[in-house]
Amino acid sequence: MTRSRLVTALLVLGVVALVALPLVLDGGTSEFAGSDSQATELLEAEGREPWFESVFTPSSASVESGLFALQAALGGGVLGYVLGRLRGRRPAERSPSERPREDGGA
Amino acid sequence: MHIAEGFLPATQAVGWTLAAAPFVVHGARQVVTEVRERPENTLLLGAAGAFTFVLSAVKLPSFTGSSSHPTGTGAGAVLFRPPVMALLGTIVLLFQALLLAHGGLTTLGANAFAMAVVGPWAGYGAYRLTRRLGGGLLPGVFAAMAVADLATYVTTAGQLALALPDAETGIPGAFVKFLSVFALTQVPLAVGEGLLGVLLFRVLTVNARPELERLGLLAPAPGSTR
Repeated sequence: MTRSRLVTALLVLGVVALVALPLVLDGGTSEFAGSDSQATELLEAEGREPWFESVFTPSSASVESGLFALQAALGGGVLGYVLGRLRGRRPAERSPSERPREDGGA
Repeated sequence: MHIAEGFLPATQAVGWTLAAAPFVVHGARQVVTEVRERPENTLLLGAAGAFTFVLSAVKLPSFTGSSSHPTGTGAGAVLFRPPVMALLGTIVLLFQALLLAHGGLTTLGANAFAMAVVGPWAGYGAYRLTRRLGGGLLPGVFAAMAVADLATYVTTAGQLALALPDAETGIPGAFVKFLSVFALTQVPLAVGEGLLGVLLFRVLTVNARPELERLGLLAPAPGSTR
């Protein structure tokens, strides 16, 4: 179990490092603009004009990040609910004799 | 990988929509069948959709000094096969097009084709290949997540190149140009996404073992696994 915990910790650390290292190494010189908007700029630089406007555009950057946060919260909430339910049914389904309790702790 | 609203020529916008539509319709049927015939999997189906929802909401910084979204479609493709993700991915894109002005309705077809069709299928292919070569579930999931992510962005670069060939170098030149915007930024993110997928499946193998066995991802193990 301890080895399993170590692997989990290393995986989490790996993900965090992949995201954090660019921010640290960069030293604040880049703006980390989205690659989507970079592509759009490239299109606009070549004189391409959009022929259709978004039906709804968030009025400010703050509102936009709020809506992105809402999307993440919805997904995270559902994911947490499912994983919680899956985990919650574990001791109920398995008879104690079949397998020793592994998170009995203490 | 979101091509912004209104930037694809009308004919191509229609073309990509027609190309993506059958996959999405077929995916919707698969989701309905899955829920009706195997209601015990509904929970996991929700998890697959939710995973894509979270990951595609988060813009992550990358080593190129720009940022980009993961896609999260590989996990669902491994669990429920790619058609299901065609619907789930498109729902995510529709949400972003309508509420966030990210992507768009005219480019929904092209974006869905990249993220909800090509990505999941490429990821699923990588998963099957890994398993056939003797890799376990987790290496397979890592490959699926990373390849689904990269394939999505390569497809987007191709779509943009078709829409806007370079004046001198034509479509191949434009493809390289857009690849340099997307692909380089995406490589570290694809690795990160692969690690996240492995984390998710480590939780699932402990807590949802019966489901994974029923879905054919894990061989039924007699008694304890460790």
